[in-house]
Amino acid sequence: MTEVRESELPGVGIRHEFTTTDGVRLSVVTHRSGRRELCVANRDDPDAFRPVVILDEEDSRTLAELLGASAVVRDLHDLKQRVEGLAIDWLPVREDSPYAGATIGDARIRTRTGVSVVAVIRGDDTLPAPGPQQGLRAGDYLVVVGTPRGIEDLVTLLRAG
Amino acid sequence: MEPAPLLLELGAVVLGLAVLARVAGRLGIPAIPFYLLAGLAFGRGGLLPLPATAGFIQAGAEIGLLLLLFMLGLEYSAAELVGAVRTSGLPGGVDAALNFVPGFAAGLLLGWTPTAAALLGGVTFASSSGIAARLLEDLGRLANRETPAVLSLLVIEDLAMVVYLAVIGGFAGGALAWSRLASSALVLAAAIVVVAIALKVERRISRIVFSESDEALLLTIVGVTLVAAGAAASVRFSAAVAALLVGVVLSGPAAEAAKPLLRPLRDFFAALFFVFFGLSVNPARLFPALGVAAVLAAVTAATKHATGWYAARRVGIGPRGRMRAGTVLIARGEFSIIIAGLAGGAVSEPVAPVAAGYVFLLAAAGPVLTHLADPLSALWDRTRDRLARRTP
Repeated sequence: MTEVRESELPGVGIRHEFTTTDGVRLSVVTHRSGRRELCVANRDDPDAFRPVVILDEEDSRTLAELLGASAVVRDLHDLKQRVEGLAIDWLPVREDSPYAGATIGDARIRTRTGVSVVAVIRGDDTLPAPGPQQGLRAGDYLVVVGTPRGIEDLVTLLRAG
Repeated sequence: MEPAPLLLELGAVVLGLAVLARVAGRLGIPAIPFYLLAGLAFGRGGLLPLPATAGFIQAGAEIGLLLLLFMLGLEYSAAELVGAVRTSGLPGGVDAALNFVPGFAAGLLLGWTPTAAALLGGVTFASSSGIAARLLEDLGRLANRETPAVLSLLVIEDLAMVVYLAVIGGFAGGALAWSRLASSALVLAAAIVVVAIALKVERRISRIVFSESDEALLLTIVGVTLVAAGAAASVRFSAAVAALLVGVVLSGPAAEAAKPLLRPLRDFFAALFFVFFGLSVNPARLFPALGVAAVLAAVTAATKHATGWYAARRVGIGPRGRMRAGTVLIARGEFSIIIAGLAGGAVSEPVAPVAAGYVFLLAAAGPVLTHLADPLSALWDRTRDRLARRTP
């Protein structure tokens, strides 16, 4: 897995950067509004990045799918369009998360947020329909279904416990 | 007052500001210096006295001040404030030392009271986060590697503003007294408590404030801000700090939805605020102050550039990125004016003309310099190469 560097842009959002196998350095600025800027580094100046494309949230999702996000997400996306008020998201389990190394049951996700974990994505593997004894590791992605508010709560829960 | 003269006069003022905002937009510089000029022209002994609207402009200016600070608080969540202190505390300290001291020293050299000198120090310290954020966006620099360092520095400055406003609010307005010092300490303690609480419950508060209806949300937020500021002022707490803290406490969906709603309102009242500040400056005292303002502008443009350069170098940014980081911070704007206008009355009497001239120079020069950052770097490289060749 490529190393992605993350830095906060206070008041704006968050910035990610990584280097492709070909040596092109890419950066994504995610604004709080959900707008994303995809930028490429200048050849002659290592610190300057030129915005190439600007994407809104919908565009980003489309692009992510085109770039080969897991089939699970595509299915869920269809489902989302069918059920009003239901939100689906991928949430990372970061290294500093208190639940990296714990189980879904330890985190009491459903009790505390009402959100269901429908799959755990670990590297190239998808572990569908995980039970409460399913372990969580740093670097896992949780595919979750619930209300938008519940998912927000879950983000906080995964980060801060 | 008859409504007709009020409407005509106010309409003419606002139209005049509209023309100025367009001119500024064409020239690619912020409108703040033009608003100040307009205020000067209207003011005491100016070309166009405003008998009918002075009262309205004054009230509008107060609202503008509160909205400016409220929106500043809204920009950052409490978690970001704490995060920025953790990562950029050291550059923040360097920033304060390099940029507060010149203004403070200049004030003392001019024979002002320490309070007035401290106000001038605040004027030279505070970069304009409004202008800087706008420049970063317009120049497409948000994705650059030096940008997190620049933005963190701006956050630290804004946090320093809370402390500074609390302290200076206690001192300004007259002689130093223990009761004032105590009220400053109280304001600071309250600010710390509010930020600490915000870290825990800001999302819940935002949820209460949030409304699907734009109208309800707008009215709720403006109402809450004004009430908080008014309540604060009535117990001799700083209204400005209160507005800022209300902004910090709001985050999440309420803050995101409020920003686009409040922006036009803030722009309108902030324009009145700058005009009012210009009005309060006596043109007869402006011209003698221009020399001081120019020297201060030159010195603190250099010190601010050094600050940005240092902050960028600290996180491993190359020379060209350091040049961009330094130049983007040079612009001073809304906060310098807020600080200069804060005390009012006798204390800020000498400060206001210098601050007006100073902001006029740097709000215009800062953006021009940062537009030229890359050519400047290239020029610097060439000069260095030439020098190197000459001395083999």
